Amino acid sequence: MSEPSETKHPIDRRDVLKALMLAPVSGAMLASTGCAVVSESNKQPITWTRLPTQYSYARTDVEKQRDAELFAETFFREHELVTIAVLCDIILPSDHENGGALAAGLPDFVEFMAKDREQHKLPLRGGIAWIDNYSLENFGSRFVEADIEQQLAICDAIAYPDVQDEALQPGIAFFSLMRNMTLTGYYTTELGFRDLGYVGNTPNIWDGVPDAVLARHGKSYDAQWLAKCVDQSRRNITAEWDDEMNLIT
Amino acid sequence: MADKEYDIIIVGSGAGGGMATYQLANAGLTVALVEAGGYYDPAADEQRTQLRNPWESPRRGASTRRRPFGDYNACIGGWDLDGEPYTQKGDTEFMWWRGRMLGGRTNHWGRISLRFGPLDFKRRDIDGLGENWPIGYEDVKPYYDKVDKLIGVFGSNEGLYNDPDGFFLPAPKPRLHELYYIDGARKLNVPVYPARKSMLTKRINDERGVCYYCGQCSRACSIHADFSSSTALIYPALRGGRVDLYTNSMVREVITDARGKATGVSYINKEDKKEYALKGRIVVLAASACSSARILLNSKSAHHVNGLGNSSGHVGRYLHDSTGASRAAFLPELMNRDIYNEDGVGGMHVYTPWWLENAALDFPRGYHLEIGGGMGMPSYGFGFAANQYNEYLDKRVGGYGNGLRDDIRRFYGARLSIACRGESVPQFDNYCELDPTVVDEWGIPVLRFNYQWTDYEINQAKHMQDSMEALLEASGGILLGDKPGAERNYGLAKPGEIIHEVGTTRMGLNPKTSVTNEFGQLHDANNVFVVDAGTFVSQADKNPTWTILALSWRASDYIVEQMKQQNI
Ligand SMILES: Cc1cc2nc3c(=O)[nH]c(=O)nc-3n(C[C@H](O)[C@H](O)[C@H](O)COP(=O)(O)OP(=O)(O)OC[C@H]3O[C@@H](n4cnc5c(N)ncnc54)[C@H](O)[C@@H]3O)c2cc1C
Ligand code: SF4
Repeated sequence: MSEPSETKHPIDRRDVLKALMLAPVSGAMLASTGCAVVSESNKQPITWTRLPTQYSYARTDVEKQRDAELFAETFFREHELVTIAVLCDIILPSDHENGGALAAGLPDFVEFMAKDREQHKLPLRGGIAWIDNYSLENFGSRFVEADIEQQLAICDAIAYPDVQDEALQPGIAFFSLMRNMTLTGYYTTELGFRDLGYVGNTPNIWDGVPDAVLARHGKSYDAQWLAKCVDQSRRNITAEWDDEMNLIT
Repeated sequence: MADKEYDIIIVGSGAGGGMATYQLANAGLTVALVEAGGYYDPAADEQRTQLRNPWESPRRGASTRRRPFGDYNACIGGWDLDGEPYTQKGDTEFMWWRGRMLGGRTNHWGRISLRFGPLDFKRRDIDGLGENWPIGYEDVKPYYDKVDKLIGVFGSNEGLYNDPDGFFLPAPKPRLHELYYIDGARKLNVPVYPARKSMLTKRINDERGVCYYCGQCSRACSIHADFSSSTALIYPALRGGRVDLYTNSMVREVITDARGKATGVSYINKEDKKEYALKGRIVVLAASACSSARILLNSKSAHHVNGLGNSSGHVGRYLHDSTGASRAAFLPELMNRDIYNEDGVGGMHVYTPWWLENAALDFPRGYHLEIGGGMGMPSYGFGFAANQYNEYLDKRVGGYGNGLRDDIRRFYGARLSIACRGESVPQFDNYCELDPTVVDEWGIPVLRFNYQWTDYEINQAKHMQDSMEALLEASGGILLGDKPGAERNYGLAKPGEIIHEVGTTRMGLNPKTSVTNEFGQLHDANNVFVVDAGTFVSQADKNPTWTILALSWRASDYIVEQMKQQNI
């Protein structure tokens, strides 16, 4: 991705860089939840939930070691992470009863996945640079320093894959990637489970599709098929068969 | 224990090795079970991935090179093992999945547990291709019966000639998308039945739990309600006290004496990296079809110059895998679903066995259909292309904002997919051999693969695509993606990719064209046996494991009998 043209926006760009370097990045890397990262975006601090860096599910020693290495590495620069945060927040906003991308810790998740899957690194870094270039050219400031109307105008331009404009294709590809990351990162948290209404992943007894659902879909179980199915009231009675292969318990 | 002579040394603890361990130890023999991977029990919390939420993994269950089927998949191993490469000859693209853990690949397999039928042992009689098995269904049936009862498998007796009945546990009821498939299949007169899988929908003994329908068998069951070789066979055998388990022990070769008889094995202890030897009266190889072939080829001696059991030059030959292809559809009638827990057992509840046995087709041999879909647990990848189906609703794809939440809910579980698994025709020219130059990290020569599909498999894949399209549409689906054509071999999976590789040490009556007899006993050394899928003469349009288990039990009975008669 090329740098923004110096001749077009020489002053804007330098100002922005200076502003960012001076900006107090307060509490940027708190180890727990509720960290704040200041972006110049609308002069509002942007905050997100920090994700843990310790995990205890079953992995082999080499897997644990690799994950530790990933957590020790920092890939995104501060500005990139803030840009990711702003974008995620536009894709799944915080003003929702089930929280949004930031409450689900999306920037941390994207940072981890970029390191875990090398193939994401360049598209994400390049995409951020692209969106900054585009923003500078059109609004004279990088994406996070643009005002919210300008940010949304940029998103409107690149959020729909059916747009044919060739010049926008890199931005469209980047936005699709960010949307994928945001939704997958959100729906794989407790907030996302609640938003979806997901109720699985727990011991239970499957005894078929609920009657009301069958009725709604105009489906039914035929008696012949049901006769082959488990009678859940007898599941704990040890199986025995007659010599003709018939289950008799 | 170096000086101890075991009655039996078993190499590998997967389906074949687990069954042999259980049978031979229960027959009163002393057994050394030698396994390249580590100890594994999903009931131990530090090894449990079952019932984990996606956020308990930093990558939300995404796959990695070391966990190709996801971070929570109960596989230590995969396509690409550290320090254990394999190579390809020419433009071969063979894929080799290996498990390195107690129980081998039975920890994370699909548990689809199908008997072969009478026709499957005698395909040459029907189509003139390949070779018949030296045994028939009637020889294996008593063992299938015993395996059903010992291990437990749900299904239904349908009286189908080539998909024989069994001692089944009752089946779980179909899920909603499966009811759509059933109706669609019936419209086309394609049969559909309850799936046959080894999860305990009903108690079979006091040691193993009864399924509580979490749908996560691929993560291995902490209550041992699904079949893994370790949980159902090896732990009980270990409790009997006659089995010494050697884990992290990589067998290099079978050691033979001047007369060519096996005296034991040599192995590398992966912890101290040193080489050791074990003595045994009988060696049973169950390292999986290709790994057992590799061990045999690496067991060269003055007596067995081409490798043990390889006087015929057939070790590694006739390697074949199932064929595979898949397709998916969007089911508009399943939009905006009521959300409830439909996890069920891991994978499908209904399936379609091969239904065109006598039809005039431009390929030999058949395939079965595996049905997928449902309201699965979100994990990495969930929400990708979130509203791609808008395309079919005259709505715009893409966007941002809270409206995406509605898209996610609208399309959740509105998908139906089919995977076909078929029978290929074994070829002499499809084989694995020792790579002349490449060794693994212990200096053991590795396998090199040579494998090409023929028109038989390619034409079959074409037929699979047509069947899947018709069935998905009859079920109310809108087909997703493009139909793969000739340029992509009609979506035919790469050889090895279906992970049903068999045939490398095939059984037969003629020692010039086969490696073992009908009991897996090497023609060239009567105290060495193979009890994995290497002995398969042909891999049916079924999955292989129930047959591995039955044949391993049959071989074990034969070993006990032969020892009694002092023939070995
Ligand atoms: C994801 C997946 C899904 C599957 N689904 C199904 C299904 O639904 N139905 C079905 O029938 N089949 C299925 N299979 C195939 C099934 O897993 C295999 O057929 C079966 O496990 C083979 O058993 P095995 O005993 O031959 O070998 P394995 O289970 O592979 O066990 C071999 C063992 O030997 C050990 N070993 C290898 N080399 C050495 C050595 N040199 N020294 C010591 N130990 C060694 C390995 O570490 C391993 O533990 C599936 C496989 C996978 C991976
Ligand atoms: S679905 Fe049943 S058998 Fe499979 S892991 Fe869950 S409880 Fe165990």
